[in-house]
Amino acid sequence: MIRELANPTRFMSLSGTLLPWVGGLAALVMAVGLYMVWFTAPADYQQGETVKIMYIHVPAAWLSLFFYMIMASSALGTLVWRHPLADVSQKAAAPIGAAFTLICLVTGSLWGKPMWGTYWQWDARLTSMLVMLLIYLGILALWRAIEEPNRAARAVSILTLVGAVNVPIVKFSVDWWNTLHQPASVFRLGGPTIHSSMLVPLLVMAVAFTLVGVALHLSGMRTEILRRRVRTLTILEAERLDAQAA
Amino acid sequence: MSHTFFIALSYILTALVVAGLILRAVIDHRIQARALAELESRGVGRRSRRG
Repeated sequence: MIRELANPTRFMSLSGTLLPWVGGLAALVMAVGLYMVWFTAPADYQQGETVKIMYIHVPAAWLSLFFYMIMASSALGTLVWRHPLADVSQKAAAPIGAAFTLICLVTGSLWGKPMWGTYWQWDARLTSMLVMLLIYLGILALWRAIEEPNRAARAVSILTLVGAVNVPIVKFSVDWWNTLHQPASVFRLGGPTIHSSMLVPLLVMAVAFTLVGVALHLSGMRTEILRRRVRTLTILEAERLDAQAA
Repeated sequence: MSHTFFIALSYILTALVVAGLILRAVIDHRIQARALAELESRGVGRRSRRG
């Protein structure tokens, strides 16, 4: 499957068919998720209605890690297998991952103020998440700094793989260090500790966010392929004009 | 509802960021598609198409 998609033209055709369906499904699941959050999910016995922030904060945090994992596997695809679409995938994933990391940090702050009494604390989870955003921004800057796509892809791939060290730190920070942030309550060995009346809307919102992310990623990859075609044709046109002038 | 300000601001900011991502994707795709169409209309083809 992955080898079949190595042909950008085939990828454009398949993704062009898939994108409207993924986008439509994302909108539908998001509507269902938001209905559940606002009309069926109960208030928390301690946090009251403030727990509604969880339904966007937690999926954003998951997607932040999810897109970093996409970037890390794409980096391997670039460096090891030299898959022609790996760096396209990596470049398209970076701004989406950065945006969801920003959402996670901002909504976390807005949840933290009424619950903890502070917008920010230099605890392990919050700090490692901030480091994640800085890594994303560094990757985006590096993509812009090197003009030649193949050189940029190799440099970004190395930076991405180095930065991947931060992923398990983010995930396990609440287990390794006893800090202000609450411990994991969904993906844990003993099973979720959240009641199903809250867990189901949370998972529906997570699926909705994931579908939005996948639609954006597919769209970003399609645009990046077009951008590279434009670049190639512009160079060819310049070469032709030079040859005519000579 | 207590803490309405924090809840509303969280949802509004999230909606704005996601809408920004979607808008950016649409605009960027249109710009590249238009640039490609212009180049092709000027007869610039890829090497593979020249035979």
